[in-house]
Amino acid sequence: MMNNQTGKLVVFFIAAVALLALPLVLQATGSNSWVRILDIALLYVLLALGLNIVVGYAGLLDLGYIAFFAVGAYLFALLGSPHLSDTFPAIKAAFPDGIHYNIWLVMLVAAAVAGVVGMILGAPTLKLRGDYLAIITLGFGEIIRIFLLNMDRPVNITNGPKGISQIDTITVFGVDLGKRLEIDLFGFSYTFQPVTLYYYLFLFFVVLAIVLSYRLQDSRIGRAWMAIREDEIAAKAMGLNTRNLKLLAFGMGATFGGISGVLFASFQRFVSPESFSLMESVMVVAMVVLGGIGHIPGVVLGALLLAGLPELLRHVAHPLTAMTDGRLAPEILRQLLIALAMVVVMLIRPKGLWPAPEHGKSLNK
Amino acid sequence: MEVLLQQIINGLVLGSMYALVALGYTMVYGIIGLINFAHGDVLMVGALTSWTIIGIMRDASPGMPGWMVLIMATIIAMVVCAALNYTIEKLAYRPLRSAARLAPLITAIGMSLLLQTFAMIIWKPNPKSYPNLLSTDPVAIGGAVISVTQITILATTVITLAFLMWLVNRTNLGRAMRATAENPRVAALMGIKPDTVISATFIIGAMLAAIAGVMWASNYGSVQHAMGFMPGLKAFVAAVMGGIGNLAGAVVGGVALGLIESLGAGYLGKLTGGVLGSQYTDIFAFIVLAIVLTLRPSGLLGERVADRA
Repeated sequence: MMNNQTGKLVVFFIAAVALLALPLVLQATGSNSWVRILDIALLYVLLALGLNIVVGYAGLLDLGYIAFFAVGAYLFALLGSPHLSDTFPAIKAAFPDGIHYNIWLVMLVAAAVAGVVGMILGAPTLKLRGDYLAIITLGFGEIIRIFLLNMDRPVNITNGPKGISQIDTITVFGVDLGKRLEIDLFGFSYTFQPVTLYYYLFLFFVVLAIVLSYRLQDSRIGRAWMAIREDEIAAKAMGLNTRNLKLLAFGMGATFGGISGVLFASFQRFVSPESFSLMESVMVVAMVVLGGIGHIPGVVLGALLLAGLPELLRHVAHPLTAMTDGRLAPEILRQLLIALAMVVVMLIRPKGLWPAPEHGKSLNK
Repeated sequence: MEVLLQQIINGLVLGSMYALVALGYTMVYGIIGLINFAHGDVLMVGALTSWTIIGIMRDASPGMPGWMVLIMATIIAMVVCAALNYTIEKLAYRPLRSAARLAPLITAIGMSLLLQTFAMIIWKPNPKSYPNLLSTDPVAIGGAVISVTQITILATTVITLAFLMWLVNRTNLGRAMRATAENPRVAALMGIKPDTVISATFIIGAMLAAIAGVMWASNYGSVQHAMGFMPGLKAFVAAVMGGIGNLAGAVVGGVALGLIESLGAGYLGKLTGGVLGSQYTDIFAFIVLAIVLTLRPSGLLGERVADRA
């Protein structure tokens, strides 16, 4: 038993060192693009973990999940960019230097707002069949996007299709993640690129999300969600308040989305409605489905695969694109991959590439 | 007044296309309880197929009259869509018929995306202009204008609906379909083969979608791989609005949604003093859906909302 424990610790330690060193190795190639891909992949992992709470634990299909991401991103964009004070003289007068709220405060607000929006949205539909929920959430995602796209007139709030730029970077413990960080350690100096600094921030949040997901999964609430997923009527008969629990799942998932949105906005320093299309929502669903619905390592794997593979394809696909007269462009291949992931996985491996061992594990112990 | 009449005409035209697509949703939902997300994309395949056929036929025989080309293209599109939808059901939906409820839904969304991707590969992603094959002289009715294409759409919808009603209410196949929708197990005991009935339902739905696709393309003059998704979703909303599983409901819901969208687009700007404009049209369908699901989940004409978990 002790050996097993030590073995686990060793694996854990190696994994931790590898994860911490990875961007430094990639950064050494001289280009930031690989670290950037990693950063985006981590954001997707965060999103997929959030959606996993809704789809995986509670069994509610949310097709508008990206809307919560959008809510978080735009909230931070509005509070952390000169856009509002440039547009409204009143705000300019109140905040001469721009609003620039503390990022952690904004993150809490974004999490809360996204969570509440999620609950408001879920309230009318959660008593109905899951199919309706899928359509309503899809519609909600589109509504948010259409509003973001058109709220530049008559009053310019979101700057419409042009999006909002010059968003603040995140500062952690006095370190501005948007600037290079030079470290002088025992006469050995090293430069951290901004993408690498963001990598560590995102990694922190992903680890936090994983820990939270595991804690949730084993908690009373998590077990209740799974009971609802397996058989709602039976769960109700066991005295669970299924409506409130489903609302909670919805709100909790949305919270994850909101926080990822804040991170995304400050990382890109630019948001526009284009980033929040239906396709993105479907992609996050595909990640959860591909990896293994409700199984955290699976979900992480699915997110990394679907976020990473298209980037690899981009490098390989150029000759293919030229050969097929632009028919097999990287974007199209990416979409093909996502679509196939959903259909083929459901047909051949409905529990995903890395499924959860089995439900009812308490029985086996 | 002219604006009102014009918007009503536009709404009826839009609504009749929604109705044709909604019928496909409602028939499939009524029998196997699946939201066939790919249904809107079948419409797209129909439109793009007819676009290709029209191109080929115009090259082959330039003297052929427009309406004949259009009819030929529509028939071929119907056959292609029927074959496609039959295959989709057989390969993707049938193996999952007894699976957990999330699985077929996810497959259907994936299938929708897959069809769009294949369409992008076959027809390329750029929008293509769709020729107007009927007379371009508009007809004036009481100050409003209606094009020959729009008149044809309305007439075709009426004929198609009449045919469908006859099929469902008077033929053996229709009786079998209704019986399967009512209770598949008992229907099977009565000697009906559910698989055949389900295949037939998908084929009929695909044909209706193909007709709607040609109409949509003719009316808006442009075709593209993504053209089917939104109409598909809205048609689903129409089906829910009329009472899912109910054929007459799908038609009523489709026409009602068409009118709501068209009138909304025409008057929203005026009503809100310019704050909201016609760019918000796409939102109506989802707001309608939310309202219907909250107030009357069984729809306008619906009898039941099956709570099959």
